[in-house]
Amino acid sequence: MSMLLEVTGLHASYGDFRVLHGLDFSVEKGGISTLLGANGAGKTTTLRALCGMIKRSGSIRFDGKDIGGKATEDIVRLGVAHVPEGRGTFTGLTTEENLQCGAMTRSSSAEIARDLEQAYHWFPRLRERRNQQAGTLSGGEQQMLAIARALMLRPRLMLLDEPSFGLAPLIVQEMFSILRKVNQEQDVAMLIVEQNAGVVLELADNAFVLETGDIVMSGTAAEIRDNETIRAAYLGY
Amino acid sequence: MELLAQQLITGIATGGIYACMALAVVMIYQAIHHLNFAQGEMAMFSTFIAWQMLAWGVPYWLVIPLTVAISFVGGVAIERLVIRPLGDAPVLSHIVVFIGLFAILNSLAGFIWDFTIKPFPSPFGEGSQLGGLISNHQIGMIAVTMTVLVMLFAFFQYTRVGLGMRAAAENPESARLVGIRVGWMIALGWGMAAAIGSIAGILIAPIVFLEPNMMLSILLYGFAGAVLGGLTSPTGAVFGGFMVGIIENLAGTYIPVIGGELKLPIALVLIVTVLVFKPTGLFGRTVVQRV
Repeated sequence: MSMLLEVTGLHASYGDFRVLHGLDFSVEKGGISTLLGANGAGKTTTLRALCGMIKRSGSIRFDGKDIGGKATEDIVRLGVAHVPEGRGTFTGLTTEENLQCGAMTRSSSAEIARDLEQAYHWFPRLRERRNQQAGTLSGGEQQMLAIARALMLRPRLMLLDEPSFGLAPLIVQEMFSILRKVNQEQDVAMLIVEQNAGVVLELADNAFVLETGDIVMSGTAAEIRDNETIRAAYLGY
Repeated sequence: MELLAQQLITGIATGGIYACMALAVVMIYQAIHHLNFAQGEMAMFSTFIAWQMLAWGVPYWLVIPLTVAISFVGGVAIERLVIRPLGDAPVLSHIVVFIGLFAILNSLAGFIWDFTIKPFPSPFGEGSQLGGLISNHQIGMIAVTMTVLVMLFAFFQYTRVGLGMRAAAENPESARLVGIRVGWMIALGWGMAAAIGSIAGILIAPIVFLEPNMMLSILLYGFAGAVLGGLTSPTGAVFGGFMVGIIENLAGTYIPVIGGELKLPIALVLIVTVLVFKPTGLFGRTVVQRV
């Protein structure tokens, strides 16, 4: 299987403080990979480094092209949608305007209108709230909105930063089942950062375990899931 | 009664100018979170460009779009060359740069066109309507400012670029993550603010006469309007601008102490009062957010 995202020797630092010490990981075309690890392991930093939101070095190849030196906007325009930590809602805009923003880089208004319908089909709650100021949505609704907005880009790769954070278990289940559908029906590859390892390992093909800026373990999701030692040592469930 | 009507009309007409300046200030404030003290001088400089073209014999209907276009380019250029390199510099650096811009534009205008007061012809001609109740120029001012404001509202509400600018102003990081070129949106904001200012300058110049300091008090009223309406609300700024125009004229006429001389302090009193009692202004939103 060919790789959509191939990362080798990824380093990143905040000022003088080095946070990532040469990570190697990859996402297959149409596949789902997950980065697991505790607080402070560098998961969010990894996603931010991929998107050019912080200074980074090392090789980042997306669909064969080196994106390591590109600006965030240009990486997004290649089809990489980042659902950031904290959801990044445009709180002062309406729900629908938020979704429109997601399609800002696309030109065909007919296709955008169709994708908007699709987004409302997946997340019916958002249709009910379409004219409501997005800052007044509940946490779960804002997470749905963030995912729906990312899908409006028609991405080839989605980067999801702790999508389950702060959500009720039932909503987490619903969200992950939608992600699975998106992955299968639209062939969108995903890199999911999670602390909630149990749920995401059900969904992912491959898993990488991150500890203080290094990848200490990698394998198929099933391998990681079935390995008692890893579970006890790193995943804590 | 006729005096009241006349003062109201004058208030609305000049209020439209303040609304334009307030809106220009708010547009830039939303994008970079600093008050552009040079907004008035930019408008003044644009007005001199218009005056120069008129002096060269360019017809008025051509002068206005040309001035607006030149001002737009000038605004974008100032952002690219002066403001952008500042980046996240502390607030004082920004203030010093704005004061510098203020001084440069002011003296440059004085150097090129000298400091003598020049009459500026109205694009709408002399004369008045309704038995002298409202001058042609006032009708023109109200019509033009209303048109500009409605067009801007439509631009921000119904176009994708307008939406992109709102998104970029509200949350630059998220805007980048959906592929919006935030830097260019800010430059566009500067260009549009400069263009709005140029229209305000051309409309007010026939009343206050053209000279390098003509926008000083106008901008102060504009600030008052922006603060009254709320610096975070373009709609509020426009409303505030009109309110300030009306308050200024009515107070000047009916409160004997104020008269014509003490009109300007009204703006300052308004700014202080609003900031003390309702810092968000009438329309400014305290951002509603669930955590």
